[in-house]
Amino acid sequence: MEHRSSIEINTEWDIVAARQLGRNEAKSTGFGTVDQARITTAISELARNIYLYAGKGRIEIQPIQVGQKTGLLIIASDEGPGISDLQKVMQDGYTTSGGLGAGMPGVKRLMDDFNVETEVGVGTTITATKWLH
Amino acid sequence: MPQEAGKQYKQMLENYLHSQGEEDLYLGQQFSRTFIEKNIAPEDVISIHKTAIEELIQDLPSDVNASFDFLIEMMIHYGLALREHQSLIRKQEAIQTEMDIAVRVQNTLLQTTTPVVNGLDIGWISKPSKQMNGDYVYFLNETKDEVCLAVADIIGKGMSAAMHMSMVKFGMDSLRYEQRSPSEVLSFINKMVEKSIADSMFISMFYGKYDAENSIFRHSSAGHEPALFYRASEDAFSLLESKGLLLGVHDEAKYEEKTVRLEEGDFVAIMTDGVTETRTEQGFIEMDVIEKLLCKARSESAQEMVDYLFSELSKMQNYELHDDFTLVILKKTK
Repeated sequence: MEHRSSIEINTEWDIVAARQLGRNEAKSTGFGTVDQARITTAISELARNIYLYAGKGRIEIQPIQVGQKTGLLIIASDEGPGISDLQKVMQDGYTTSGGLGAGMPGVKRLMDDFNVETEVGVGTTITATKWLH
Repeated sequence: MPQEAGKQYKQMLENYLHSQGEEDLYLGQQFSRTFIEKNIAPEDVISIHKTAIEELIQDLPSDVNASFDFLIEMMIHYGLALREHQSLIRKQEAIQTEMDIAVRVQNTLLQTTTPVVNGLDIGWISKPSKQMNGDYVYFLNETKDEVCLAVADIIGKGMSAAMHMSMVKFGMDSLRYEQRSPSEVLSFINKMVEKSIADSMFISMFYGKYDAENSIFRHSSAGHEPALFYRASEDAFSLLESKGLLLGVHDEAKYEEKTVRLEEGDFVAIMTDGVTETRTEQGFIEMDVIEKLLCKARSESAQEMVDYLFSELSKMQNYELHDDFTLVILKKTK
């Protein structure tokens, strides 16, 4: 088991801490500048969603190795209201925070693998992986 | 990935740094197409530039170097917005294709053929203002000496209007061989509409039945525009009005039925509000404008009269249809 670092998201400043952690991990995993920036932006969006819609939650970042592939796994989890219409949230053009091109479809585009588990009233867990090419 | 493009970019940048000329800028602009074709995101373009400039200039100040990282960060969102935009365009194209299919299906479902009836010349036009037509013309030719026609207008436009119109059409078809009078047809359709259509949706409809043997035109209206009747012997117009609520308002609505006897040269013009509410810069046109135009063309065939009125009225509103435009002319010959 590789190490896993995590940041609790409670205030807007924690988003910055999560970004910093993500960038450091991306760098040490071997990602180039642009991918570092992509991973950081994805973490930033995920953390911001937690802050805006769940109030609090957690971002975990873990380097992973599957066969020959090396990557970085991000887990964003909260015990917030959950997402009632996931299909809608994943649609381009859907936005609640006025973010152009951001939101969930943006995170999905920035990362290679993307998965959401959500239950209304229970919470949401999003996992996203970026692989080294 | 973009390594090949990166090499070429570096070469072009180097050329430009030496020449600082317009030609190299032009080549650069041409080359930017390659980036787009290869789907290279804006942030990657900055990264390619950063790598190239680092290799070309040995002692690049570290601040300048760092500034590119800042720019890369900035451009990630631009890249996302661009991709979202492209995805939305593809989605819109898909919707447009669906829409085109729906229009074709509507045209097939609702098509009607102009009947041939003894002593009656028939002309008609129905032009949608948007893609889907909310007006409808339907002829039912029961026997050689009899023709029925319906002109309907759904209050509301577009796709849902068109879908509801199909229901009305099949309702009329189901009565086809039952020899019902216009008021009975309207009562039947009204009950059907009242039961199956949303509360906010209403339909106006004119229904007429022409008996060629006796030259009698029977007509009823469900809140539709009154038809114009031209009596050739008096060279005068009058309105064919009959009382009746819009379809879908009340399931027990009753529809008044009236008759008129056509003589040679007489004609009936049945229209929707897209005709009567022709808007010019001075406001809606008056009915006498329509009367004058029809009168002017009265010696032409029914179809030529219809086409003439349409072209004159659309000219008056700068060829912009504000509403679906439908007109039927029945003209007594011989």
